[in-house]
Amino acid sequence: MPTFWLVALLLALSAAGFYGGRRRAIATAAGNVKDLHSLPSYYGYHVSLAAFVPAIGALAIWLLAQPMFIETRVSGMIPAEAVPESSTIGLVMSDVRRVAEGLDLAVEQGLLTAREARNVADSGQDVRALMGEVGVALGDDVRPEVLNAAQAYRNLSNTGRTAMTVVVALLALGGFGWAYSRTHKDFRARNVVERAVLALLVLAASLAILTTIGIVLSMLFETKNFFGLHSWTDFFFGSTWAPNFRGGSELSILPLLWGTLYISFIALLVAVPVGLFAAIYLSEYASGAVRAFAKPLLEILAGIPTIVYGLFALLTVGPALANLFGKGGLLGVEWMAGATSVLTAGLVMGIMLIPFVSSLSDDIINAVPQAMRDGSLGLGATKSETVRQVVMPAALPGIVGAVLLAASRAIGETMIVVMGAGAIAKFSANPLESMTTITTRIVSQLTGDTDFASPETLVAFALGLTLFVLTLGLNVLALYIVRKYREQYE
Amino acid sequence: MNDMTVMDKTVETQNIKIAAKDVNVYYGDSHAIKNVNVEIEDKTVTAFIGPSGCGKSTFLRCLNRMNDTIDICRVKGDILLDGEDIYDKRVDPVQLRAKVGMVFQKPNPFPKSIYDNVAYGPRIHGLAKNKAELDEIVEKSLRRGAIWDEVKDRLDAPGTGLSGGQQQRLCIARAVATEPEVLLMDEPCSALDPIATAQVEELIDELRSQYSVVIVTHSMQQAARVSQKTAFFHLGNLVEFGPTGQIFTNPEDPRTESYITGRIG
Repeated sequence: MPTFWLVALLLALSAAGFYGGRRRAIATAAGNVKDLHSLPSYYGYHVSLAAFVPAIGALAIWLLAQPMFIETRVSGMIPAEAVPESSTIGLVMSDVRRVAEGLDLAVEQGLLTAREARNVADSGQDVRALMGEVGVALGDDVRPEVLNAAQAYRNLSNTGRTAMTVVVALLALGGFGWAYSRTHKDFRARNVVERAVLALLVLAASLAILTTIGIVLSMLFETKNFFGLHSWTDFFFGSTWAPNFRGGSELSILPLLWGTLYISFIALLVAVPVGLFAAIYLSEYASGAVRAFAKPLLEILAGIPTIVYGLFALLTVGPALANLFGKGGLLGVEWMAGATSVLTAGLVMGIMLIPFVSSLSDDIINAVPQAMRDGSLGLGATKSETVRQVVMPAALPGIVGAVLLAASRAIGETMIVVMGAGAIAKFSANPLESMTTITTRIVSQLTGDTDFASPETLVAFALGLTLFVLTLGLNVLALYIVRKYREQYE
Repeated sequence: MNDMTVMDKTVETQNIKIAAKDVNVYYGDSHAIKNVNVEIEDKTVTAFIGPSGCGKSTFLRCLNRMNDTIDICRVKGDILLDGEDIYDKRVDPVQLRAKVGMVFQKPNPFPKSIYDNVAYGPRIHGLAKNKAELDEIVEKSLRRGAIWDEVKDRLDAPGTGLSGGQQQRLCIARAVATEPEVLLMDEPCSALDPIATAQVEELIDELRSQYSVVIVTHSMQQAARVSQKTAFFHLGNLVEFGPTGQIFTNPEDPRTESYITGRIG
């Protein structure tokens, strides 16, 4: 039975369980709903869940595990000498899978009967031509070992699928029956449903965490491959970034890290004062009407896709800076060669971060109790004295946290630097020169034709992991500081 | 705590410190204070009592223009401090608040050291010429706040680390440090336990020797214990104002009697 119908059956069964459980609960209470421990629908949910959850869980696990199991069994059947010189066992296995699928397709389309498909090796038919007819293209003639393996593959997966259907159906019916038989007016169905809700929430929470772990592990794996091909001393302590796809590249993170930190620093130089002052104005001075109007407006800035900021950097800020500092510019100096520079990217990134800093700081400033302000104003302090001497010191740890979060965003930002910062990896203190960042290099190393066995491509993972560790560290530090601050008032 | 001259409770001076005439306060459309006339004497503790929402805190906050910080609040009528209208355009509310100090319901020490908490006011008003003078002001204020002995060895410790009662006395010391003429107290003991309350009440009685104290309280026993004059507010009206003894033993208005005997409130 196809999986779709199996799932449909489960859904139907659980729907039936809902009504069945409900009716039975009401029946055991002789129609008097007040006698039931829980509301009638909870009994329905209980039966419904018992029929559905274990069965669908078993189905999911089976669907994941069966291909792996069959793969190992079948690949064990292929003798080592059957693998051609230029090939690998993996390639042969993919042929096996394709032949198996092709035979299934042929049966489905009526070209072969099931019996003919099983005996296709004896019939002397040209299997490759047959595969061609059903739309499965094979590079070679089908060798007997492959055909044998494909037949075994089909057998195993047929058996597996039948077994799966039986197990799932039994589980569903068993769950249904078990829960149905437990349905009684004193049964605490509501508590069971409550636990099921809890389980669902825990599952959702752990899924997010597990995904993060998965991402880190996959990066770690590729990074290990990279360090197998390239020396780690060059990566961490070298001074040149010069990837060369013919080999002999120098791949050092330091020039990229310098560019990243320099651009982020300029971005924070723009974003922190402006964002902080905006937050102070909005939370301490602005009237309700101004606040209601200005705060959403500022937050719209945060909703602009960064690629749009990138365009702004490329088309407006870069040329404007070049007009000022470039050749034939207004200042009459020749400090800037093109429109892309550290300053271009830094300024635009700073603008991007303003709403981020201001909205976080605004929340933190608002969390300072009104009693602090009243106390200071009541002593005859002015508003700005109050802000400077009472509100800011009280909010400072939180604001530091906000700035660190902004810094970690700046370090991880990609599109603005791709479009505004340039592509030259170097150490320079001149903000009007082009530089490049870690994220920009990851993009350029992974775009186009890539060979995932060369250090020039794999370096992207090492860069990504370093970036991840860097921003993770900043975030942890920021959250630690913010949390410590919150404890003061609660 | 007893190193200060405690004036005899029965002594009454007749100096009018604050005079309110036909004061009306509006929050947006709601009329919170209706035609209140009251005269607060110098070197006296005046208690404002009344049920919740009767406007006593609102009126108290009018006396040092703390209501200015609330956008929708409008104050009509005259409030004279030493004969000068505090709502006059020429009066700077910031200067006024240095003269009319305030202690709040919940102790609100700043997240600074005990020393810096007390030195805050003198610093922003430039009351001390040098560190030695500032030290002196801090010590004097803490002594007047009846907390010096408890904190003299840890002036650098954060003010937020003190107990609730100590925090409130620190806040009183902080208010006293700016040399105010009037001290407004908005339910200063409502967040305190009985022992701390007793300490603060004793302190209020001592403060009377130098300041005019106005205290808002929900506790009628407290009003009876610490004040010489009592004003009873009800639904935004000043119902009755007179010597504390008279208000509690022989009220003129039936509403006052109902309130102090617990029938309304």
